[in-house]
Parts: sequence; structure tokens; C-alpha cells
Amino acid sequence: MSQDGREATSPGPIAGGSPTFADVNRDVIRTLEFPGNLYFAWMSIIALILAGGILCWLLQVYYGMGMAGKRNPQMWAMYITTFVFWIGIGHAGTLISAILYLFRARWRTSIYRGSEAMTIFAVLTAGLFPVIHAGRMWVAYWLIPYPSERFLWPNFRSPLVWDVFAISTYLTISAVFFAVGLVPDIAALRDAATGVKRRIYALLALGWQGSDRQWRHYRRAYGLFASLATPLVVSVHSVVSWDFAMALVPGWHSTLFAPFFVDGAIFSGFAMVLILLIPMRYYFNLYPYIADRHLDAMAKLILVTSLVLTYFYACEGFVAWYSGEPAERASYLFKWVGVYAPWWWLQIFCNSVAPLVFFWRRARVHVPILYAVSILVLIGMWFERFNIIVPGLAHGFYPYTFGTYVPTPVDTGIVIGSFAWFFILFLAFIRVMPSVSIVEVKETIPHPVRGAHAH
Amino acid sequence: MAEAAGALGVFAHVDTTTHAIRELRAKGFGAISTYSPVPIPEFEEALTGHGLPRSPVRLFTLVGALTGTASGFALTIWSSLKWDLITGGKPVVSIPPFVVIAFEMTILFGGLCTLLGLLITARLPRLRGSQRYDPRFTVDRFGVEVACRPDQVSTVEAILRQAGAEEVRG
Repeated sequence: MSQDGREATSPGPIAGGSPTFADVNRDVIRTLEFPGNLYFAWMSIIALILAGGILCWLLQVYYGMGMAGKRNPQMWAMYITTFVFWIGIGHAGTLISAILYLFRARWRTSIYRGSEAMTIFAVLTAGLFPVIHAGRMWVAYWLIPYPSERFLWPNFRSPLVWDVFAISTYLTISAVFFAVGLVPDIAALRDAATGVKRRIYALLALGWQGSDRQWRHYRRAYGLFASLATPLVVSVHSVVSWDFAMALVPGWHSTLFAPFFVDGAIFSGFAMVLILLIPMRYYFNLYPYIADRHLDAMAKLILVTSLVLTYFYACEGFVAWYSGEPAERASYLFKWVGVYAPWWWLQIFCNSVAPLVFFWRRARVHVPILYAVSILVLIGMWFERFNIIVPGLAHGFYPYTFGTYVPTPVDTGIVIGSFAWFFILFLAFIRVMPSVSIVEVKETIPHPVRGAHAH
Repeated sequence: MAEAAGALGVFAHVDTTTHAIRELRAKGFGAISTYSPVPIPEFEEALTGHGLPRSPVRLFTLVGALTGTASGFALTIWSSLKWDLITGGKPVVSIPPFVVIAFEMTILFGGLCTLLGLLITARLPRLRGSQRYDPRFTVDRFGVEVACRPDQVSTVEAILRQAGAEEVRG
């Protein structure tokens, strides 16, 4: 037996009678059959919503940023809220695929592919927002460090430039990690397919044959990717939080922000994983692979991150009071009783109160409760970012600059359109690529042994 | 084009496959490769006769990561010096914020070089793999392929059969 616990041949995490290797191939390949009308109906609705979002964006390009309801002091508003929200969603995928891999948490194997896909698509969605938000997206390349004729370089002391580096690194490394994980599975698809499909999969599988040499280097590289992705995922949301924490705005200028954001990101990411995987499990009949214990484990992680988040909320209030700084105190009080107070209390309910139901095991495996709480968590986490950005900017140091922001149809349409963009990518993915990892699930189920030559 | 002389055994079990590899090595056959749907450390141990061999991919990662760190600092420091305007009373070369850029570049270059290392060491992508490859090797069968002299083929086939191969071909 190797020291690498991942390859242990003891019974794996699959409940209710272990599937065999051939079962795994059959069940996963079955998810790639030609989809029915229901699927295309959903895709059409989502495509319509996306088209609405694109229309709103075109209006903004044509008429200018005023369409997004932006005016002093509310220059960040919904776009940056949604940007941070989507970056946060991406974090659970990398947590499952890299951090839980390093910890040898074997329950991750059947859910990691779906959540990793979610990461890629969430980051792709998030990446749209700085560009939409900045206006004049035709000069978005100014963000990239390149030699210009005046030798003007980006200001590397600005957290916004750190953000460009962090997000683009995160997208690149996640995509590479994801693609490398897919290669042996695509080889399995190739071997089961015929005709044109076979040729496409053969091209994408890069000639993978599962030889000892390929596996040896593959496993080493995979471990290294996981080790690189782990500090990266923590750094990315820390950098995003510094977009705020480096500014002197009351309520933002805090060392609390990095862990606060990372925790919130994992919290919302797990909620999104549940929202995607529960219907997927139902429609693809993946019950032997995504069992109650997987839901239970994810619900526990949601509970833990919720408790940590509640602690951070308490810290936020304590620091505002303990600082003795009138502007800090006023900004915090404004969140509680000001014009945005309903959204603040909605956030507290969704993030700190609703997940407490997961203290009961029955709730952790009860699909309707899980689903409802996950949706509440997403709403709560979106409003958490809203409550940092909008009331924060609304109530600065100087009463003359106070200002209330009200959403407009255009920026609301773009935000809703971003959800459609995310779901259209995810729904397309699960129909052309294995949404459950064939190889990793097989690794955790008992390997076929005859037993004549016991070892 | 005909494949070089050799034989392939298709196995249904991990332990019979490992046994076959050990038998072949004991008889002095060295050019053995295995095929499996999942990584099987027992195969690698049987192939080498000792612990798992080290993969050179890690060297690519190290070199890439260090290059990333160096280029992150180089880019930030060099470009700050190109326009050495003091802002906010901070030094022109202010290291703490540059650490963020250097860190991200470390991960970026490290990851890309790991990918490069994987492609080079595992010889991917390849247009033509082994012609003896069987599609069942991505489902639930294990393969042992031996390259040998034409006159040894029958010996190899006998060993594979005796070890419990379901199917043996040249």
C-alpha cells in the first residue's frame, strides 16, 4: 500500500452498494446523451435573460455610465458588489478541488468536477464586471502592464492593479487545473464514443492512454497544482478585500477584511455548489455518487463558515465602537438604522440566522431545506457586499458628500444577465463534459482484486 | 507500420497484474509499461522494484515559481524607476505592495511551468500512442505491455497467461 492515502483500496465513500469501475463509466457517459426538450426550454429562457442583460449593457455603452445610476459618491454600486459576489462563488470550487485534495478528504471526488466548473464560470462572470463598471471598455487593455510610448506603467501600489494580477492568475491557474483534471476523463469518453464525437474527444484527450509513465507525472503535477492553487485561492479574495481595506473610507479601512472576505467567499460558494449539484443529481440520477453524506458535509461547511462570519460581523461592530472614531461609529450606525438598514438586517438573517438550522442533522440532508437555505445564503452574501460598498460610500467623513444610490433598470438588468451568463455556461458544460470525475470516483471505490495473490 | 515485437496482456484485477509485472521482471524483462483506468501505485512499485520513482515535474514547478517571483519584483521595481515620482510620501520602490504582484506571478509562472513539465515528461500531446492500446483500459481493465526480441514473444505470452491475463496478444 502506498503512503498516498488517496489510492487506498478500502471501501470508498459511495453509499448503498458500491458501483464497479464499469458502472462509473456507464453512469457518467449517460449524462452526455442528447438532452431532452426540458433542457432546451431552460436554455432558451436563460438565453432570453442573457439577451436582456446584453441589451442593458449596450444601452450603457451608447448613453454612458449615467444609465447605471452612478453619481458621487456612489461610483462602485452594484457592479463591484456583483463582481465580488462572483469571485466569492468561485472560491468553493478551488477549496474542494485543491484544499480538500491536499487534506485527502475523499468525499470531494464526486463533487469536485462540478464545483471546479462552477469556479471557472464564476470567475469568467466576475471578470466581466470590472470592464463593464469602468466604462470605456474599449480601452480595458490599459489595465495590463505593457510598455507605452510615454513610459507610463500601472501604479503597482494600487490594489486595483493587484486585483488585475490576482484575478487573471486565478482564472489561468484554475482553468489549467481544470483542464488537466479533464484529460483522463476525456480519454474515457473517446474510448466510448464513435464517429465525429470520437475524433473531437481524441483531439482533446491529447493521446492519453493511462500508461504508468503518464500517471506518474500526472499525479505529481496534480499535487503541485493543488499546492499552488491553495495559497492562490486565499490570496485572491484577500486582494479583492484590499480593494476596500486600502481605502480610507469609514467601515472599509480594516485589517479584518481579508479573512472576512475569504470566509464569506467559501460560505457563498458552497451554497452555489448545492444549488447546482442538487438538481444535477436529480436529473442525471447520480444518487450512488452524490449521496446524503456529501450534502451533509457541505451543509456542515456552510454552518461553520456562517458561524465564523457571524463572529466577523460582531468584530466589525466592536472595532467600530472601540476605535473611538466618530466617522467609523457613524458609518456603522448608518448600516443599522439608515436608509439601507432593511438590507443590513436581511443580510444578518440570511447569513447568521438561517444557516443555524444546519445544527440539526435532519436539515443537513433534507433537500428542500438545503435548497432554501442555500438560496438565502446567496441572497445574504450578495447583500453583504452591497452593504459594504453602498452604505460605506453613502456615509463618508464629510456630510456634504453623503449620497444615496438607487438601482436603475440598466444596472439591475446587467446584474441579472450575469446570472444567466453563468448558468448558460454551466448548463452547456454538463452536457458535453463529464460533470462527475470518472477517474477520481473510481479511485475511491474498491479496485477489482481477485485475491489469489494477496498482497 | 507494424509495431515493434512484444506482447500485451489484458487483466481484470489489480493483484494479478502486479503479479505479472513481478514475474516478468524476475525473468529479466525490463521494457514493461502498464495501462490502467486509475493510477495504481502498486504497479509503479512492481515496475521499479522499490518505492515510487520521483517525477521531475517538481523541478519545472520550482524553476517556474522562482522565475515568477523574480520577474514580479523586476517588473514592479523597474517600471517604478522609469517614472520615479514620489507619491503619498512613499518610497518610489516600495517593496510591501510589490510582494503582492510577485506572489501572484510566482503562482502564475509556477503553474504554467508545471503544465509544461507535465506535457514534456508525460510526452503529451501525442498523435500516435501504443498500437496495442485497448479502449477497455479507460474502463475497468489493466494492461501490461512488454517490448522484447521477436524470439522471446512466446515466453512473455506464457508468463502473462500464467499470471492470469484474460487475453494476450502480440
